[in-house]
Amino acid sequence: MSDTTLSHPPAAARTEARTVSFRGGGFAPERKRWVGGVVFVLLIAIAEWGTRAGWISALTLPKPSDVLQTLIDLHQSGLLYKHLSPSLSRLVVGAALGASFGIGVGVLIGLFSYVRAGLVPLVAAIFPIPKIALLPLFVIWFGIDEGSKYALIAFGTFTPTVVATYGAVDNVDRSLIRMGQSFGLSWLSIVRKIVLPGAMPGILSGLRISLAIAIILLVAAEMLGAEYGIGAYILEAGALYDLERLFAGVLILSVLGVVVSTVIGLVERHLLDWRS
Amino acid sequence: MDIRLENVSHSYDSFEVMRDISLEIPHGRIVCIVGPSGCGKSTLLRFIGGLERPKQGRVLQVGTPPADCLNPLTYIFQDFALLPWRSVAGNISLVLEDHGIKGAAAKEIIDDVLARTKLTDFAKALPKQLSGGMKQRVAIARALAVNPAVMLMDEPLSALDSQTRELLMDDLVSLWTRTPFTAVYVTHNLAEAVRLGHSIVVLSRRPGQIREIVHLDTPLAERQFGDPELDRQQRHLWQLMRDEARAADAELLDV
Repeated sequence: MSDTTLSHPPAAARTEARTVSFRGGGFAPERKRWVGGVVFVLLIAIAEWGTRAGWISALTLPKPSDVLQTLIDLHQSGLLYKHLSPSLSRLVVGAALGASFGIGVGVLIGLFSYVRAGLVPLVAAIFPIPKIALLPLFVIWFGIDEGSKYALIAFGTFTPTVVATYGAVDNVDRSLIRMGQSFGLSWLSIVRKIVLPGAMPGILSGLRISLAIAIILLVAAEMLGAEYGIGAYILEAGALYDLERLFAGVLILSVLGVVVSTVIGLVERHLLDWRS
Repeated sequence: MDIRLENVSHSYDSFEVMRDISLEIPHGRIVCIVGPSGCGKSTLLRFIGGLERPKQGRVLQVGTPPADCLNPLTYIFQDFALLPWRSVAGNISLVLEDHGIKGAAAKEIIDDVLARTKLTDFAKALPKQLSGGMKQRVAIARALAVNPAVMLMDEPLSALDSQTRELLMDDLVSLWTRTPFTAVYVTHNLAEAVRLGHSIVVLSRRPGQIREIVHLDTPLAERQFGDPELDRQQRHLWQLMRDEARAADAELLDV
């Protein structure tokens, strides 16, 4: 009986048939490759147009084409590499020191309750200190040349790395650790084969932030006692109100940021391809 | 090797979870533990494997495990507990590495257990590529690799859909028929209990106590889906548990 009712609905119901309106969709980020580039090009085009037409005064913004010319000059004179190489070595040494100490301390905090109880308040206390304020102190402690610069960058990357790392260790699936124990794995094996790989996603996303902070601190580190370096170059341009050079320097830092983020993205794709 | 529980009682703070449980798990048999939720059946399994300590009473190993046994008390977990960053073979090799079994010796064991669980073609796959049933078969292969004296199975099929559950039950039965193993099998699913258990321990609701132990004599291999005798046993178990389950369901949780 019910079959007939299903296949032959009463005439009244048939007349009112309407398509169900769609109300799902959205809330799912999609990949749009070209939009980012278009935004960049559009902004630069507007700046170029405005500065040429005169409705943006030369004091407000330099002409993008002039900034490009400054960069080309820098490259041709070889000065670019004279500035870039000390900056890169400061960045690499400082960030490597800070990140490796940070990961080490973060793992210890994650594993040992005493270390956690002792160091978490300390980390919370030094995290909000503007590291730039400590530069004069670092100059006295580590010397006016490279030492103080390494220390400033290392110190700045250290705290966010620690916080990200112990958070990542805390988030490792406890059932995997129980599994390791139930198969009689040694403590060291559990840490090496379960805790560290399990914490890797959190550590890498923490590194994204700490390395960006390292680039920010590079400029601060070159405030004192640096003849060459991107930071020194920017600061000098700023002091002279030389907007073309200032923007050229800032552009180099931005590119550096993009490169670092891309490298981390590649490392993530390589190390974390097990994630679904 | 047998397992004996003597007067095991446990409480968290003032909250009594189980009371005076004494139980014998004989060699080469599968003992199922069923009971309403919160009766402490998984806790009991953790006591047996030494992952937790009871407040009172003790858990004894009677006799020594065979010499080639790497991990006498071996778990199979409900959530599989596979390392997502290791391949199928890598997950099995994980539990061998600490015993110094590497290279060719490890490969021999891995190949053997993968063949026994019909996973040979998937040795290089990552867990994210596998279905739930396959993941649990990897976990079973991993447990077989250490040659356990007693398998401790904590609701191993509860995370799977009912078709996969049937398939895996058949797999477990054929594994047992080829080489009988000792197992404690915790489940809330009575159909699993009557298919796989040589004896079925029914626990009461919290505080968990043994209400009854049902022995089933039909050989495992002869127990079929929809067997009237098994259905009768299952109904009997359900009658034992029904009121307990209802009362347990209505209880407030303060943990």
